[in-house]
Amino acid sequence: MIEIKDLSKTFEGHEVLQHLNLTLKTGETTVIIGRSGSGKSVLLKHIIGLMKPENGSVLIDGVDITKLTGPSLDELRKKFGMLFQGAALFDSMTVEENVGFPLREHTSMAEDAVRQRVQECLSLVGLANIDDLRPAELSGGMRKRVGLARALVMNPEIILYDEPTTGIDPIMADIINGLIIALRDRLKMTSVVVTHDMVSAYKVADRIAMLYNGTIVEVGTPEEIRRSRNPVVQQFINGHAAGPIQEGLPDRRVLSRWPRAFWKSTGPRKDAA
Amino acid sequence: MKVSRLAVPAAVAGAAVVNFLDYAGSLYMLLVQTVACCFRPIRWRLVLYELWKIGVQSWFIVSLSCFFVGMVLAFQSAYQMKQLAAEIYIASLVSLSMVREIGPVITALIVAGRVGSAIAAELGTMKVTEQIDALQTLAVDPVHYLVVPRLLAMIVALPLLTVWADAVGILGGLMVGTMKLDIQPALYWKMTMVPLVFKDLGSGLLKSVIFAVIICVVSCFQGFRTEGGAEGVGRATTQAVVSSFILTIFADCILTALIYFAWR
Repeated sequence: MIEIKDLSKTFEGHEVLQHLNLTLKTGETTVIIGRSGSGKSVLLKHIIGLMKPENGSVLIDGVDITKLTGPSLDELRKKFGMLFQGAALFDSMTVEENVGFPLREHTSMAEDAVRQRVQECLSLVGLANIDDLRPAELSGGMRKRVGLARALVMNPEIILYDEPTTGIDPIMADIINGLIIALRDRLKMTSVVVTHDMVSAYKVADRIAMLYNGTIVEVGTPEEIRRSRNPVVQQFINGHAAGPIQEGLPDRRVLSRWPRAFWKSTGPRKDAA
Repeated sequence: MKVSRLAVPAAVAGAAVVNFLDYAGSLYMLLVQTVACCFRPIRWRLVLYELWKIGVQSWFIVSLSCFFVGMVLAFQSAYQMKQLAAEIYIASLVSLSMVREIGPVITALIVAGRVGSAIAAELGTMKVTEQIDALQTLAVDPVHYLVVPRLLAMIVALPLLTVWADAVGILGGLMVGTMKLDIQPALYWKMTMVPLVFKDLGSGLLKSVIFAVIICVVSCFQGFRTEGGAEGVGRATTQAVVSSFILTIFADCILTALIYFAWR
């Protein structure tokens, strides 16, 4: 179980996380939703100990990861797998070397066994015969799936997904969603998914938590979130510009006069008829 | 509220001092971390790969540059020595200058420009594409994995390149001395070796080891603290080269003074 208690994080005076509390149950997929820049990825990085909070704790099966450093932190991180938004594959390595990297670093497995395990993981994500390709030669969807294979290769207990379906086509997004569900069902992994893609959230989530203004404003099953009376949640899940969330949206008065106001400030194009 | 005319310059100077101390402290911390990591198992395969990148790939440009520098030294000193009818001392001047000063410094500056910039760009790109975060999530210490092999390779490669640069620079001087100034090759060689003692080579090698540490730690540090995408990588690369140049020349000044007073 992952317990996040009273977590606060500030960047240059801006409080991104404000006394945030959330419990993530073992074997469940919890999806954290929220606007871009709302601190979802920051929360994920606190869960795996990549960032240290100003206040609060993140307990992984009772161990506070925010207090750990060095080898003890590395030992706890071996429980985790993480899929990054851009996959974060190592450019200097081939696909096979990327996926096999954790095994070669942390186990004394024979090279044949490593290769076999790499093939298993690549097959699990639907990729074959790309062992010798470099990350630069892969499409966005393939990169994500190789990143997922690398995250899975050590059989982690907890897997974190940072925007797993962002930047890929809807069909590939559905394949990734299917993989997330299959991993939970088959391998009983605790999964944390950060996304603002509501199609994906409804599909993979056991529970959805909405992050807004640095705190969790609502937690519930997908059905509970759909029926939520919180106007912030309703505005976000329905994708409406009108509502209580207005930070970072364009000024409606200017928008209503566009393109007249735009032309007034910049002048019409000279080649316009 | 009335603000003193000195308040703004004082604030700017204060901020600059704080930034400098922050930079120096962070560099020192990275150095300490790297040295501590050297006592853990070393990835020798990566050290060899870095040795090839730092040493072998820099060999040609170091050779070419130092050959020309040796020739220039011989020409410039010939200009003065001819007036004193002491052209034969050009050989000693070139050899001493190359071994004690110019060989280590020119080699370090070339390596800082060629390898230091590449290290900062590579690590900077890894930082902005979250590859360094990925290393950490895979329970691998980025300092141990990325900095230690580069530091060890640099400490081996730079002194070797320096010795080679000394030799090539002396060869450049010898070509000018024998072909242009009509000094007998045997006599030139004798005058090259006569003033050289172990201290000259030793001080040059000591300098090159210190320069290796400076270039590697500064470049890795700039890479690690890269932010802001492609522009940030460009900025980190520039800062790595500029800082390495300045610190190398500053360290050269300090080391030359120390060697002058302490190693007699």
